[in-house]
Amino acid sequence: MADSAIMQTASTMPLDPLEQSLLNDFQQGFPLSPTPFAEMAARLGVSEEQVITTLERLQQRGAVSRVGPVFRTHSIGASTLAAMCVPETRLEEVAELVNRFDAVNHNYEREHRLNLWFVATAPDEAHLQQVLAEIEERTGIEVIALPMVEDYHIDLGFDLQWT
Amino acid sequence: MNSAATPTQQTNSPIDEIDRALIQMTQHGLPLTPRPYHTLAEWLGIESGEVVRRIERMVADGIIRRIGAVPNHYALGYRGNGMSVWNVPAEKIGELGPRIGALDFVSHCYQRPRRLPDWPYNLFAMVHGRDRAEVADKVAQIARLLGADDHGHEVLFSTRILKKTGLRLGI
Repeated sequence: MADSAIMQTASTMPLDPLEQSLLNDFQQGFPLSPTPFAEMAARLGVSEEQVITTLERLQQRGAVSRVGPVFRTHSIGASTLAAMCVPETRLEEVAELVNRFDAVNHNYEREHRLNLWFVATAPDEAHLQQVLAEIEERTGIEVIALPMVEDYHIDLGFDLQWT
Repeated sequence: MNSAATPTQQTNSPIDEIDRALIQMTQHGLPLTPRPYHTLAEWLGIESGEVVRRIERMVADGIIRRIGAVPNHYALGYRGNGMSVWNVPAEKIGELGPRIGALDFVSHCYQRPRRLPDWPYNLFAMVHGRDRAEVADKVAQIARLLGADDHGHEVLFSTRILKKTGLRLGI
């Protein structure tokens, strides 16, 4: 899983040119042909097997979370970013309670008065509101919902800028 | 509760049960087999051509943003991850938002509702950098770009990932 890899990787990992290219140049436009890895291999001048084993290795090392579609979360069901102002002494307890909800798929502690930030996703709006209300009721702390109004990002991946 | 005032985002998704199964199967990645669509087709009991057509349709409908390698920025040394939040004039956000969203160091850029008086920020931009200094430098670039339309901003650094899982469809 990506989260355990995040925790375990202590320093920037060295990557060879093939690894760098697979990471940086294939964040979009993955071929939809019957043999996509062979197509990538042909472009890179390596074998299909090299591409597959290198991607497997990058995944195992945690450098690549996955190779595949990136879904726009807002396109399915209802979702929102939510923030809470949790007293330091209650942070562990409240985070644990929030995490127990299946609807919560991301939860971060951030340095701010509003220190707990999570994303909740549910099949529909009613379910979502129910989850937020339940978190509020069980913690006694206001849940500030900040749903997306407009998405301004054109996702072309992220330039890793090897230096 | 604040959330009752503004309904959260919901789109009627034009997806059926097979699409849902396909999303579930691929949200943690495509199978790293020589013919991944064929492998998915076998799992789903449909033709591989149909798998590709369904993926293409989800791309066209905006359900899939892109298909490719998803780097783990954190493992690769991008430890900065700062959520920058901006108070910009509502009447100009439609023009300013896309300019911020197009910056190559911004991974997410959304308009969100203000929650006055405590939360005046209506534009969110996730900024990535190797460390906090690099993030601060990039936030300064955004501030310069916004100029007089920056009516205040903050950067919220994450100190801990408490939970991170894939997309859930509630099925």
